[in-house]
Amino acid sequence: MRDDPAPRDIDGNPVRVGLPMAMLAELTHRCPLACPYCSNPVELTRASAELKAAEWAEVFRQAAGLGVLQVHLSGGEPASRRDLAEIAASARDAGLYVNLITSGIGLTEARLRELDGVVDHIQLSLQGIDAEMADWISGYGGSFARKMQVAQWSRAIGFPMTLNAVVHRQNLDRLPEMIDLAEELGCRRIEVATVQFHGWADLNRRPLMPTQAQATRAREVVDEARRRLQGRMVIDYVPADHLAAFPKSCMGGWGSTGLNVAPDGTVLPCHAAQTIKGLAFENVREVPLARIWHDGAAFNAFRGTGWMPEPCASCERREIDFGGCRCQAMALAGDARATDPVCSRSGLHARLRAAAEAEAASDSTVLVYRRMTREKRG
Amino acid sequence: MSADRISGAAVPYLPRGVRLHDDRVRGIRVLLAPERVIQLDPVGHAILSELDGKRSLAEVIETLCTRYDAPPEQIEGDVQEFLRDLMDRRMVFLDGEAGGPA
Repeated sequence: MRDDPAPRDIDGNPVRVGLPMAMLAELTHRCPLACPYCSNPVELTRASAELKAAEWAEVFRQAAGLGVLQVHLSGGEPASRRDLAEIAASARDAGLYVNLITSGIGLTEARLRELDGVVDHIQLSLQGIDAEMADWISGYGGSFARKMQVAQWSRAIGFPMTLNAVVHRQNLDRLPEMIDLAEELGCRRIEVATVQFHGWADLNRRPLMPTQAQATRAREVVDEARRRLQGRMVIDYVPADHLAAFPKSCMGGWGSTGLNVAPDGTVLPCHAAQTIKGLAFENVREVPLARIWHDGAAFNAFRGTGWMPEPCASCERREIDFGGCRCQAMALAGDARATDPVCSRSGLHARLRAAAEAEAASDSTVLVYRRMTREKRG
Repeated sequence: MSADRISGAAVPYLPRGVRLHDDRVRGIRVLLAPERVIQLDPVGHAILSELDGKRSLAEVIETLCTRYDAPPEQIEGDVQEFLRDLMDRRMVFLDGEAGGPA
């Protein structure tokens, strides 16, 4: 109800609205890679529906006016857009801190030089520690060699870099080498993120689910490396969430600090929010960003704590982790209000954990790669 | 956090990819860094504003003492603690490190 002055959650409870800090701008869903854990929705947006560069420039101006400080240019592969440099420059001109999240594929030395002085920081994805692993996981022959070349060019130009290693059962044993590689490439940070089993990754639970032993070992590796590399390289680690006692605070709380703009201009509280049935999402082509953020029913739906059922409603952690991930609750419990089943206090937790253990014990190496359905002709 | 003191002769600076920003929407000063936004109090902002990649830590502390009419021991303690933390987070570099001043 747009005319109602007080924003309300999905159950009609009044909510307080803050200001967003960060925006994920998915410039395109096109990507040369086919990673089986891609965070894009299973139904991908076609190139013809993508926002134009001038539309992105307007989105960035609105975002900065709304309070956004950092924009993450992502995809798909943002370099798949020929007008990436123009788009990035418009984000910087709007006053935003510009982070480029890329696989490196499609970037040349000349294209990187165009981004010099525009992009503040580059986040380079890593699928594996060598060509054999990385090219298999990404489904793209030669990707590893090209990525390493992009890393060298970026370093020579002087871009600060974070290596973003996505880990799972097939590559987690090689974590020490990933950390060494980040150091060799001169990275200031490495993010080690265990696959989130949503969307495409949900189709690949059996080949990708890490074992408990791997997760335990990874924690030890990270702790040791943090001590050894203190003051030289920062290590951010996102463990497998079903192995933790409590869920992660997804997005720092729904609609609290971040928003996501999909390639066609649809504005989402998180990249997977469209999996929650019954929520309607607005588009920046039609509605101003500030209005979507402040008044949009989808953004207000799970703000605050009023919508929570038990055990979340009376939990002392309700404003620490906000009951975990709404999309995961939807996927696993069939109800977006439910306690995220990765929480040890969820009635579904034991079943989830048993399923994950069974998946981790699988010897499957058959990957379902991300792919775009063909556009209809005529 | 490392216990090492930063040498007074060292030249601290904000490396490329780390910058001060005046957040007019919220009316605060922030430090922008990869995947991080840090809200600065007036002391933190005053310290970082002095890092020009040319003057040594000792010179920076001297400038702050004069400007805020505060005893060097107190300023030195604040600055050491604040910069050490940011160095551990790779948001402040010392001269001679790769990365170059922004």
